[in-house]
Amino acid sequence: MSDVYALIKSWSILERMLAFVLLAPVAGGVLAGIDRKLSARFQGRYGPPVLQPFFDVFKLVRKERIIVNKFQDFPIVLFLLFTIFAGALFFAGADLLLTIFSLALAGTFFVLGGFCVSSPYSHLGAEREIIQTVAYEPMIILLAVGMYQVTGSFRVGTILRHHGPLILYLPGVFAGFLYILTIKFRKSPFDLSMSHHAHQEIVRGITTEFSGPALALIEIAHWYETVLLLGMVYLFFAFNPVLGFAMVAATFLFEIFIDMNYARFRWQLTFMSSWLFTAVAGVSNIIVLSLLR
Amino acid sequence: MGWFKRSPWVLHYNATSCNGCDIELIASLTPLYDLERFGIINTGNPKHADILAVTGSVNEKSRQVVRNLYDQMPNPKVVVAVGICATSGCVFQDCYNVLGGVDKVLPVDVYVPGCAARPEAIIDGMLAACDILEEKYVQRKKSRRGVQP
Repeated sequence: MSDVYALIKSWSILERMLAFVLLAPVAGGVLAGIDRKLSARFQGRYGPPVLQPFFDVFKLVRKERIIVNKFQDFPIVLFLLFTIFAGALFFAGADLLLTIFSLALAGTFFVLGGFCVSSPYSHLGAEREIIQTVAYEPMIILLAVGMYQVTGSFRVGTILRHHGPLILYLPGVFAGFLYILTIKFRKSPFDLSMSHHAHQEIVRGITTEFSGPALALIEIAHWYETVLLLGMVYLFFAFNPVLGFAMVAATFLFEIFIDMNYARFRWQLTFMSSWLFTAVAGVSNIIVLSLLR
Repeated sequence: MGWFKRSPWVLHYNATSCNGCDIELIASLTPLYDLERFGIINTGNPKHADILAVTGSVNEKSRQVVRNLYDQMPNPKVVVAVGICATSGCVFQDCYNVLGGVDKVLPVDVYVPGCAARPEAIIDGMLAACDILEEKYVQRKKSRRGVQP
């Protein structure tokens, strides 16, 4: 493990960014495949091959490109670019705040993509996406604040090298982050704006009007996002790489488990519960931490 | 490489079916038959679909809807007529109020007979549709190459 660390340390920032851009979609796609296989297993089905998400994307790229207006694909390309930018910054060890803000910007472009078409389902999906963003954003900011309080830096590289175990200082922040991670992964009970599953009350929500290559871009952006968010989970356990990777895997399995066991919440419950959880777990953790100092 | 036959997404529309074939079509997605092991997803959105599965002997009311759904699907696309009603109209074919089969409205590629069509037959039909989907993609690519110098 230390050899890998030494290798990554010897890379320049640009090399690390490039490694993320090339490797993250592979990892994200395989994770999505494992997700689908495990979900099927939970339901007593055999499930698709693990590489199924790649087959889907390769197919979507080859489909006919249908657009309803010429601005439609533009926000989706920006959504992908800013998601990649956020992830590349994070894995290059740069500023955590900038990562979070560019991830939020990517989400905003996705919402704009949903609003720029005329389908009412897409609009409804985009409105729900905004509600979801409002629901999860405070907790992500608190994550950065909490990590700053413990390590004294917003730089991912410094946080990663911090010797003390972050999870012992920030258990509440981690619990809150776990809660909103379900929203970010678009899993039940919070898959309001779009869902990977067949059960869907608003057709396909925000992606209703996106077909073929544009849908492939959305899928790839989601892979990048998954890898970035699991990287944030790793930061809590960075003092021990083996434990870190184990906890990342455990978190991912936990999210699939939650996905399989819950029906969809209404938006009111999604919004209230995530803010309540943010306040109880996240804010109280930050207050206790600042009193201890 | 045959990406289309590895990941065909199905849109299901009930064009005045008695619901028998619809239930069987949904049954083929359940744990017992599990269509998803072939990468087949049941989607509710024509813009994401590759295969249009129609049940029932289309009538004047559903004719425009079926046509509309078909037109919204991006190429390449395949139509599967599920059940004997969708195939030929069955015992209703002489009725004044039905058109008698999906092929009166759309170019059907695969016919899955049966009343109701059994899940095994539907899965067989879907896999045949996958091969046709692949062929259509190859043809489309060739014709596009022909147009552009």
